[in-house]
Amino acid sequence: MPTLVSHPDEVKIISRRFGAGAADIEKYLELDGYKAVQMAIEKGAEWVINEMKISGLRGRGGAGFPTGLKWSFVPKQSEKPKYVLVNGDESEPGTCKDHVIFLHDPHSVIEGTMIAGLAIGAKMGFIYLRGEYRYLLKVVEKAVADAYAKGFLGKNIFGKEGVDFDIVTQTGAGAYEVGEESALMESLEGKRGVPRIKPPFPAVVGLYGGPTVINNAETIASAPHILLMGGEAYAKVGSERNGGTRLFGISGHVERPGVYELPMGYNLKKAIYEVAGGVKGGRKLKAVVPGGSSCPVLKADELDVGLDFDQMGKAGTMLGSGGIVVLDETVSIVEFALRTIKFYQHESCGWCIPCREGTDWLKKTLTRFYNGYGNKKDIANIQYLAENMMGRTFCPLGDAAAMPTLGFIKKFREEFEEYLEGHRTEKALITTEEMIGAAH
Amino acid sequence: MSAVTNTIFSPELAARFDKLVTLYPVKRSALIPMLLYAQDEVGYVSDAVVHEIAQRLDLFELDVRNVLSYYSMLRTKPAGKYNVQVCTNISCMLRGGYEILDHCKAKLGIGHKEVTADKLFSLEEVECIGACCWAPAMQVNYDFHEDLTPAKVDQILDDYAAGRGKDVK
Repeated sequence: MPTLVSHPDEVKIISRRFGAGAADIEKYLELDGYKAVQMAIEKGAEWVINEMKISGLRGRGGAGFPTGLKWSFVPKQSEKPKYVLVNGDESEPGTCKDHVIFLHDPHSVIEGTMIAGLAIGAKMGFIYLRGEYRYLLKVVEKAVADAYAKGFLGKNIFGKEGVDFDIVTQTGAGAYEVGEESALMESLEGKRGVPRIKPPFPAVVGLYGGPTVINNAETIASAPHILLMGGEAYAKVGSERNGGTRLFGISGHVERPGVYELPMGYNLKKAIYEVAGGVKGGRKLKAVVPGGSSCPVLKADELDVGLDFDQMGKAGTMLGSGGIVVLDETVSIVEFALRTIKFYQHESCGWCIPCREGTDWLKKTLTRFYNGYGNKKDIANIQYLAENMMGRTFCPLGDAAAMPTLGFIKKFREEFEEYLEGHRTEKALITTEEMIGAAH
Repeated sequence: MSAVTNTIFSPELAARFDKLVTLYPVKRSALIPMLLYAQDEVGYVSDAVVHEIAQRLDLFELDVRNVLSYYSMLRTKPAGKYNVQVCTNISCMLRGGYEILDHCKAKLGIGHKEVTADKLFSLEEVECIGACCWAPAMQVNYDFHEDLTPAKVDQILDDYAAGRGKDVK
């Protein structure tokens, strides 16, 4: 069971029921549960979308698209049924925030799904968890069953004539790519998780060809809180154009790793040194991957930046999925880059050639380099490969592999060069033979 | 009475599948959950599993195999009774993920995707399992084990070997 952490700087909105036993529906009701969805039924779709717009909530999966705006794109009239799809396929290395939401507050995801459904005029929602989260699927399945038993789901919910909503839950079976929204729809339709070409966007042609809103689980779970506290109050908690709070998972070389809820715009350096207790063992910090493994790395002197989409963008990286990975001075960037690329090579679905070939060649080149058979041209070649993947694929997986690679070379080029001269860290982390022996 | 006569699955699973196909607007949507649940019961996705699932969903066996080959948790060969999956992705790697993997290899005497002679354990090096803040972590079947040390791994594997391990399905 994941340990819960706490820090005085946290602003607990989405995490306020964590540890309170709110997976139990009675406890959830006691803690203001299912009040927001009844407000939404009472006040109507336009009110909901307006509050969401005012709240400044931006997609917590990584893209940071304004949620209220996304919901407003769904056409009012549609011949085909509309759907809400909750993306709980959390797979970005460094990210485990949805894990704790499903575990501690599954009803908030259910209630958020219903609110999104009311806002866009959908009568059916899907909650899709990654395959590894089977024990969490059981938690969510029980919560859904309890909500049906109370008459909160099904026909005429909360006793309101003509207001129907159904939820189906399921898991994937192991595929990072399925976290991309169009691949997620393919997977839910029982196919290989390869991306669809856009446009049309899911808001117009989505699941089963119907207009579909796809939101990250944390985004969806934020909706009930926003309606309860009001969009304006929620917006004020965060920074400019970045409403509210967010769950940040701080992992790697820190004293107190964990999932913390901090206001948007909170200082990254403070998050590492104060909230997470600083670098483990009092060692020096070398680098930070600030928002999951696809975000370009930051050096130790670049951490005085606010954790929101815009400030991180200005700093040349991304807020991503909120997974902050801290590397101490003992880590070899060459080794870390290789492990990062090994992941993307494994997860590329093979649909787009620049990604399929690009990740494979990056892995081969980095493996050879790592094993001491590299030469100076490789550094330029790695850069060339990554640059040619950028923006040339159907989905962002190609970019997700290229961006961190370019970041490692740009920020730590001298380390790659010194590596060629035989400089190594004291202790290698990777010991798998297939990685060490392969590709030269 | 199951939708398929002569089903290879237990009556409970057959009944579950009968219901599963009715939940979605399109029957095929049940494919991935069915493959997982069939694997949980049979141990792997055998030819017979592919055949029956295709029959239940009105698909070609090729359609089923196409999907089967895409997802990393689905397997076409038996694993051990307890499949040990050690994460070595970045957050786990930084906190000793490879040390844990090596320890499992030494203790079980098997490598990546191998099965012990008594078929009790199999081992896999896996990509991120979503337990980054509690690293290093691993899963035994669907059950998570976090904040691992070699000593803790010994205890966990001994518990499974003695039939005391939790088994989420």
